[in-house]
Amino acid sequence: MQITITLNGTRVSAEIAPDTLLIDFVRSQGCYSVKRGCETSNCGLCTVFLDDKPVLSCSVLAARADGHKVTTLEGLQDEAAEFGAFIADQGAEQCGFCNPGFIMNALALFRENEYPTEEEIKEYLAGNLCRCSGYEGQLRGIQAFLAWKKGKETAE
Amino acid sequence: MNNVNKPFRKKDAMQLVTGKPVYMDDLAPKDCLIVKLLRSPHANAMVKSINTAVAKKVPGIEAIFTWEDVDQNGRRFTQAGQTYPEASPYDRLVIDRHVRFVGDVVAIVAGKDEKCVDKALKLIKVEYEVLDAVLDYHTAKDNPILVHPEDNWESLCPVGADNKRNLCAHEESGSGDIDAVLSKCDVVIDHVYHTKACQQAMMETFRTCCYIDLYGRLNVLSSTQIVFHARRHIANALHIPKSMIRVTKPRIGGGFGAKQTSVSLIYPAFVTWKTKKPSKIIFSREESQTASSPRHEMEIHLRLGATKDGIVKGIDMYTLSNTGAYGEHGPTTVGLSGHKSIPLYGKAEAFRFTYDVVYTNHMSAGAYRGYGATQGLFAVESAVNELAAKLHMDPFEIREKNIVKEGDIMPAYYGAPNTSCALDRCLKKVHDMISWDEKYPRKELGNGKVRAVGMGMAMQGSGISGMDVGSATLKLNEGGFYSLLIGAADMGTGCDTTLAQIAAEVLECDFDNITVYGADTDTSPYDSGSYASSTTYVTGKAVEKCALKLRAQICKLGAQMLNCEETAVEFDGKKVFVENDPSRSVSLEEVVTTSMNGHDVALEATETHSSPLSPPPYMVGAAEIELDTETGEVKLLDYAACVDCGTPINPNLTRVQAEGGILQGIGMTLTENVTYDAKGYPEENSLFQYKIPTRLDVGHIRVEFENSYEPNGPFGAKSIGEVVINTPLPAVSDAIYNAIGTRFYELPITPEQIAMAVEKQEN
Repeated sequence: MQITITLNGTRVSAEIAPDTLLIDFVRSQGCYSVKRGCETSNCGLCTVFLDDKPVLSCSVLAARADGHKVTTLEGLQDEAAEFGAFIADQGAEQCGFCNPGFIMNALALFRENEYPTEEEIKEYLAGNLCRCSGYEGQLRGIQAFLAWKKGKETAE
Repeated sequence: MNNVNKPFRKKDAMQLVTGKPVYMDDLAPKDCLIVKLLRSPHANAMVKSINTAVAKKVPGIEAIFTWEDVDQNGRRFTQAGQTYPEASPYDRLVIDRHVRFVGDVVAIVAGKDEKCVDKALKLIKVEYEVLDAVLDYHTAKDNPILVHPEDNWESLCPVGADNKRNLCAHEESGSGDIDAVLSKCDVVIDHVYHTKACQQAMMETFRTCCYIDLYGRLNVLSSTQIVFHARRHIANALHIPKSMIRVTKPRIGGGFGAKQTSVSLIYPAFVTWKTKKPSKIIFSREESQTASSPRHEMEIHLRLGATKDGIVKGIDMYTLSNTGAYGEHGPTTVGLSGHKSIPLYGKAEAFRFTYDVVYTNHMSAGAYRGYGATQGLFAVESAVNELAAKLHMDPFEIREKNIVKEGDIMPAYYGAPNTSCALDRCLKKVHDMISWDEKYPRKELGNGKVRAVGMGMAMQGSGISGMDVGSATLKLNEGGFYSLLIGAADMGTGCDTTLAQIAAEVLECDFDNITVYGADTDTSPYDSGSYASSTTYVTGKAVEKCALKLRAQICKLGAQMLNCEETAVEFDGKKVFVENDPSRSVSLEEVVTTSMNGHDVALEATETHSSPLSPPPYMVGAAEIELDTETGEVKLLDYAACVDCGTPINPNLTRVQAEGGILQGIGMTLTENVTYDAKGYPEENSLFQYKIPTRLDVGHIRVEFENSYEPNGPFGAKSIGEVVINTPLPAVSDAIYNAIGTRFYELPITPEQIAMAVEKQEN
């Protein structure tokens, strides 16, 4: 079947099998940041935005995204680098494999809730698994980023 | 120091956080054949017949291989990443007619896409002769059912293995008269401790791609910790010359020891070698959970004797380890259960350590962070906690009376001296961090909720003494920057970064002035690989030696340029100058430019290092939990830990190693279980059933450092990667005991078990 998706701001039309998952479609389009960590919607690695809402691309048919906007980390490079630098400053990126999904979902959190509390951070990101970091370094990185953002806003 | 003990960002950090294509499946050739495996539904069976004729007709199928394509009398091999001759037995064929666990390989299918391969897998007709299986490892030794009855089974090392007895290894060691010592003890703690075959569950599953290069050689790009061992595994499995194989690694999405075994490499290698076409295999999460290389399930019978004053006088340990269907890391993990737990107790007069490692029809075990020490420390530290309770002593106080000290000789640690140790300071630190005196042992909160604390200690090693080899090559390049080539594998831990920090420290240059490349069997200097907590201590020392050697080369050429003796010049990182006339100097850039023009001094050096010692890092951890006596739920509120890893080369990375390791240990204690049904089918086959901790499952993990200085390590460093997983098992278990008064000797400790224990006490 034919689908047309606005992928990271570019209209992409493609002929796909009806059972193609969104994760496999975006990877076939060169969006390699999107990773598969499980097959059971447990790990959060494959998080992308569908019309600006975070979804697990392993659990969405590509056909469902027909006519919609899909954003991966490839389309958010500046934001990823800005926030990611705070994760890097903790050494909390570690193996990096969970990072794109985690960072997508963190960016979604900041859009919904500009200055989340520790509790809100943990709850929102509960579905993003990480086996390396023990999550503490990620939390420190998020909090350092929020403090920096607040400082910047206050200065402005 | 300008570079060591500094929290540099990892060299690859920004590439990782922006999601750049740096992993195997991002880099694999786009026209790869998709490789999948038909796996056995039986725990023990012979393939009577296998018919692939229909499956081969599926459009897009390139090849299907079965046992008929593999010489069943050929030499067997091991997939264990170990120095040759491996302690692990040669007990595998690429495809064996005899399948030995649910998930063992029956056929390899390669085709142009997943769809046709999935279809072909369903169309292969297999007739099995189902055999009785060995599913209870207590009955494995000398069982009439043999997991490996074949005559071409081979053990290369004297580890006490005997396939006709289902024995993968056996040993007895000791010092002093343990029976006499224990008989004189006032108290003997005597229990059996049981830990499960937990999964590393790294986020990136096992995966490999292969292609033939312009020289006709097999190129293997794999998510592996052990490129050099992997080359041997593939050569042995395919019976082809090692010279025809090149193994490289991209970024690795986590390893934790799982990728110290060549779990996925052999199959695409076989396909590409046979078809000469590129191919790749990507394990599903289910395969990673059910046909991989988890921790060895162990049952440890421990007898620990002490005086009524709490001095530990003797430790008698018997470990029964379940290696599963194949012997990867079987003979070696078990050793750590005793050798890296008993030595903590420096006043013991005698010890005995005996073990059996048995084959069963479970999936093969392998290497997982902690490598046996985790299991042994759960037993020993739990026993000491029980001893403290029995003697009405504080668990910290009893440790202070007993612990090994710097300078001690450790009889249970191969008689090695304790060259650096801040365990005493770690104890004091954690005692304060957790506010032990206020919280120990418990506080009732009302509503059936109780808060309680528990603690434990740990040690590990730093590389395998007298065996592990680390190497480094350093080159000085045009413009004055250095390339560091290593065979160690950064699997997210950050060794590319920490090793560059060591080089920069010696070469007195900016950290950014060093690029790193590894690991590649064609170009990297030999390294055993990244395992056994060896990289910082062993490879790090090689880097230090290598950088010193390169400095000497730089001075040699500089001296020629300055027309003086090599011994008369010095190098300060920027220029070579005459020691007693510093006005005469040549810049580093001038030296390198000269080297490329009519000169014969190589500005390149390679050094190799191996250490006769494996200095233990030490650690103390304490857990505070809130336990709901109605539901049995345990909330981990706070985990406080202090590590002695010598000098931390990069304090950020050592901290995150510790935090991540602690959470894995907490998972092993509370939620991560591995069970088999009556037919040998593994039940925790997804991340639904196999519950690794989420960020909601723990309050805070706090880590501090008390550093000793290890004279044999680079800039005083020891290891960090493994020791950090060990303390939560005894600490959380003891907190549960302190909360409800029931001790658990088997992990994980589930809410159901806790609630039932509370109910039993109430009745």
